Parts: sequence; C-alpha cells; structure tokens
Amino acid sequence: MVRKTIKVNYLARVEGEGAFKVVVRDGVVESAELSIFEPPRFFEALLRGRAYSEAPDITARICGICPVAYQMSSVHAMEQALGVQVTGPLRDLRRLLYCGEWIESHTLHVYMLHAPDFLGYEGAIDMARDHGDAVRRGLALKKAGNEILTLLGGREIHPINVRVGGFYRVPTRRELQPLAEKMKWARDAALETVRWVASFDFPDNERDYELVALSHPDEYPFNEGRIVSNRGLDITSDAYDLHFEESHVERSTALHSRLRERGAYLVGPLARYSLNFSRLSPMAQQAAREAGLGIVCANPYRSIIVRAVEALYACDEALRIIDAYQPPDQPAVQIEPRAGVGCAATEAPRGLLYHRYRLEADGSIAEARIVPPTSQNQASIEADLASFVGQWLDLPDDQLRHRCEQTVRNYDPCISCSTHFLRLELDRG
Amino acid sequence: MGEAGAGRVLVLGVGNPGRGDDGAGRAVAQALRGALPRAIELAECEGEATGILARLENASAALIIDACASGAPAGTVHRFDVSQAPLPQAAFGVSTHGFGLHEAIELARALGQLPARCVVYAIEGANFETGAPLSPAAAAAVREVVRWVSVELGGEDRKEQAHA
Repeated sequence: MVRKTIKVNYLARVEGEGAFKVVVRDGVVESAELSIFEPPRFFEALLRGRAYSEAPDITARICGICPVAYQMSSVHAMEQALGVQVTGPLRDLRRLLYCGEWIESHTLHVYMLHAPDFLGYEGAIDMARDHGDAVRRGLALKKAGNEILTLLGGREIHPINVRVGGFYRVPTRRELQPLAEKMKWARDAALETVRWVASFDFPDNERDYELVALSHPDEYPFNEGRIVSNRGLDITSDAYDLHFEESHVERSTALHSRLRERGAYLVGPLARYSLNFSRLSPMAQQAAREAGLGIVCANPYRSIIVRAVEALYACDEALRIIDAYQPPDQPAVQIEPRAGVGCAATEAPRGLLYHRYRLEADGSIAEARIVPPTSQNQASIEADLASFVGQWLDLPDDQLRHRCEQTVRNYDPCISCSTHFLRLELDRG
Repeated sequence: MGEAGAGRVLVLGVGNPGRGDDGAGRAVAQALRGALPRAIELAECEGEATGILARLENASAALIIDACASGAPAGTVHRFDVSQAPLPQAAFGVSTHGFGLHEAIELARALGQLPARCVVYAIEGANFETGAPLSPAAAAAVREVVRWVSVELGGEDRKEQAHA
C-alpha cells in the first residue's frame, strides 16, 4: 500500500488558523480536509446586549478586506427587524460602496495572489520584477476602489459612515465628481485586466456544483435579491435556516454550512456570475464573452476571469450611480426601536454573507448569527481537492503541493481574517 | 533618519488592535501622536500589503512598527534595516488575508518604490486572541520602541527646536 500525505500548515505558528491535509492511498484520494479559523463566532457573542445601531461598526471589524459586506448584511437585517426600508439615493449609495469593496478585493486577489499561479511565479513579488506594468495597474485599480470607500465610508478600512437606516452623512453631487474621473480610468484598467487574465492557460477542471447566489430581477446582486440556486432553490433570506444548516466538524473550530437537502454548495464569483449573467452591464457581458466565458462558468480556476469581469462591472456600475445621483433629503431613515427578528444576505466579494438578529423592545441585540462565505464554501473546496488531486499524483511533491494551494486559492478563502502580524523565520544557527 | 532629505518621512504603525498583541505597532503610533515633529507623517493601518505600499509611495524614509511571532520570548523587539535585506520571513499566500508587510516591502523593492531608508521594528507578541488586550510584555516593549523611534528620528531634539 502506498500512502501519501500532502500537508500544508501554512500558518503553523498560529495554531488552528488555517491548514490543509490531503491523504492519498494507492493512487486514490482518501480524504481532503481544510481547517480555517472563523472570527465571526467571537463577534456573535460580542454583539449580544449591544444596541442595534452598533452592529454596522462592530461587524465591520470582523474583516479588514470586506468590511462593507459585514456592514451591509448587518444594516439590512436590522432594517428588516425594525420594519424600515431604505430606497432611492440611499440604496444607490450603498451599491456604490459595495462597488468600491468589490473592486478592491477582487483586484487584490486577481493581481497579487492568483495571477502568479498562472504565470509561473512563486508570488506577486517575483511576478512584479517581470510584469511591473501589470502590477502597477493592479495597485492603481485597487486604490481606485479604496477611494470610493474613503469618500463614502469615512475611511478606507472599517468604514464608519454607514448606519442602520442610511448614512451619517451623504456626499453632494460635486463631491462625487472627482470619483467619476477616477472610475473612468478604473473601468479602462479593469477591461485591460479582463483581457490580461483571459490570456492565461487554464486547467480543464469543471465540477458539477450547486451554485448559490442572490438574484434580483433588475440588477447584478449586491445588497438585495432572492437566494437562488441552479437546482431550484428560490427563497427569501427569512427562509435561509429552513434550507441551510451549520455543523461542527471535529478537526476544526469552524462551522461547516450545508444545504439540508443536498449537501455541499458553492457561493462567490462563479455562482453569482452563472446565475446572473444577463444582469451584468452590456460592457461587462461583452468583455466576458471576449474573454471566452460562457454564460455559466463551473471551472474554479477560471474564477480569476470572473473576478476581473465583476471588477469591471463594479467600475461601470459605480459610474452609472455617480452619474444619476441626486442627494437625498435626509442622510438616513428615522428609526424607532422595537422587538423583532431580521435576517439578510448580501454578496460579499467571496460570496453570500448571511446575518440574523433578534432584537429586544429597546433595540438591544438578544441574538446574533453570522454565516460567512468561506464556511459555506468549505465543503466545496475540500471536494475540489479530493476531485482534482488524483490527476496530479505523478508530479514531484513540491509541484503537487503547489497545485493543491492553487486549488484552495481559487476561492480566496477568508482564513485568518484580521491578523496581520509578521510570521518570522529566524535562523539561529 | 530625520535627515533623509526633502522627501516624506513616514512612521507607520501596523496591526489590528482587536487581536491582542497584533495591535502593538498601532499602540506605538498612538503613543507617538503629538510627540514627533510636524513634518513627519504618522499613520496607522491594518497591514494589508497594497495599503502599506500606497503609504510608502514617494517616501524617502519610513519607519514601520508591527507585531511578530518568531518563537522568541514575548516582548522581544527586533530591528530590521529592510533597505538592506528582506524581512526573514517564509513566503506564504493563499488568501488576501495573509498578504502583509513582508509582501509590501518586497513589492516596493521589486517596483523600485522602496524608500531609500526603511526600518522595521517588530514586537514579539504573546497573545493574538480576538478581543484580548495587549499583554504586559508587549505593552512594555511598546514603551521601549516609542523611545527608540524618538531617538531614531531625532524627535526629542526637533521637538525642542519647534518649541524654541
């Protein structure tokens, strides 16, 4: 019997934050396990007893990469619990804020982490030596996304201007104008990005996923829509708990999320794109077609093209919103605290992010539940590893390990959200 | 370092104060607020690489303070002159969440954007738990690094001059 274990404790110095292990016996994959660390559990406890109005600021601190997503799911869930609806320019500004986060997050992953895999580099640093212009374009595009967050969110990380019911302060038309100029440049850069990544070579690895995303009749989904799948799921966020369940897995502190009836499913760029292609802007649709994508994409390696198309869409949508913007009379809708339950899902860059809150009569939070996209994708990431590793077993160990890492990287998983301390290797010899 | 010429001089505290000793670099920056010459730019950030890179742009000198985990006793302070050599760090990157200071410095170097003088102080952390306060060892190291940074920037002398 030949037994082979591919193991990467890539965060070995921070026990339990993230690692994967694939066991192969006699040429057959026996198991594939990914362990991740999930900060939302701590925040659920932290939220209990706090005022409903504190949720956007507290949940934004869960993630330095996608704070807007956490804020948006929290404000929509709170507004549902409090019987409030945010429409018109306030709703548009929320979409604009989400555009900024998608541009930032997608561009960061496309250029700095994913592209080096396809161009044969160890990482972005090596790639930058040979592809300096591309890397500079990526950095400038990401910065353009940051500028939306800084202007609307009050600051670029952990925005503080968002509140339940709207914003603390809204911009004037004049204040948005410099952003429009920046977004015109960004849209060109995003289009170049799509063309650049479309020129890469992709392994021919498709899988038959159940794709889950929000879907809205008139728009590509950010904040609002029904939760749908390619296998007939079509529900409002109130029904989320009837169809999805989370369970503890022994090897990890994280919860794994599954569809009660059918098991593993996929959220994120591939799911959003495949379920909502017709709601992309004409420019984004055309760029996708020219990049060789069909209206459905089930090859996780091609997620780099889908991310680039979504970043292009976000630039295009940002321009549309800025152009049509007329400031609202009030920066926020008036709110009266009351007892209630509210749930909402919005589309974080990595996929569906579900929040549920129960409020007391004084508006304090009695219960909070947060289901992040990475825990929803965990079963699919493991299934990808299990399904693809078999074809690479002839590769030398380091190449095999790299293929596995690339497979995990397709998802840009949220593994050690919010710690950034240096992991030093000191040679004491 | 204060003599670095006409360009920007940046002091940057890196980390997440919500994760225990990960906030040590930010604590140094906060303690330095009001204690440095006005010409020196004092900033804080979470530690995502491209955000750091944007801060480094057009700086002639940078002093960066971050937390670290190398296995040394908690509170140990390491000083690296990264204008001479990279940080001694193993390459890593599956998630944008692990894309940090090391990558920012090396990307800046590869793109020819690294400040001519660039120093990193790394404070060895003991506890990176969500919601934990700074450990006593890291807090003591923060006070020590605040003094070192002031000396390195000639801050005390200049402050005197500014008041004169």
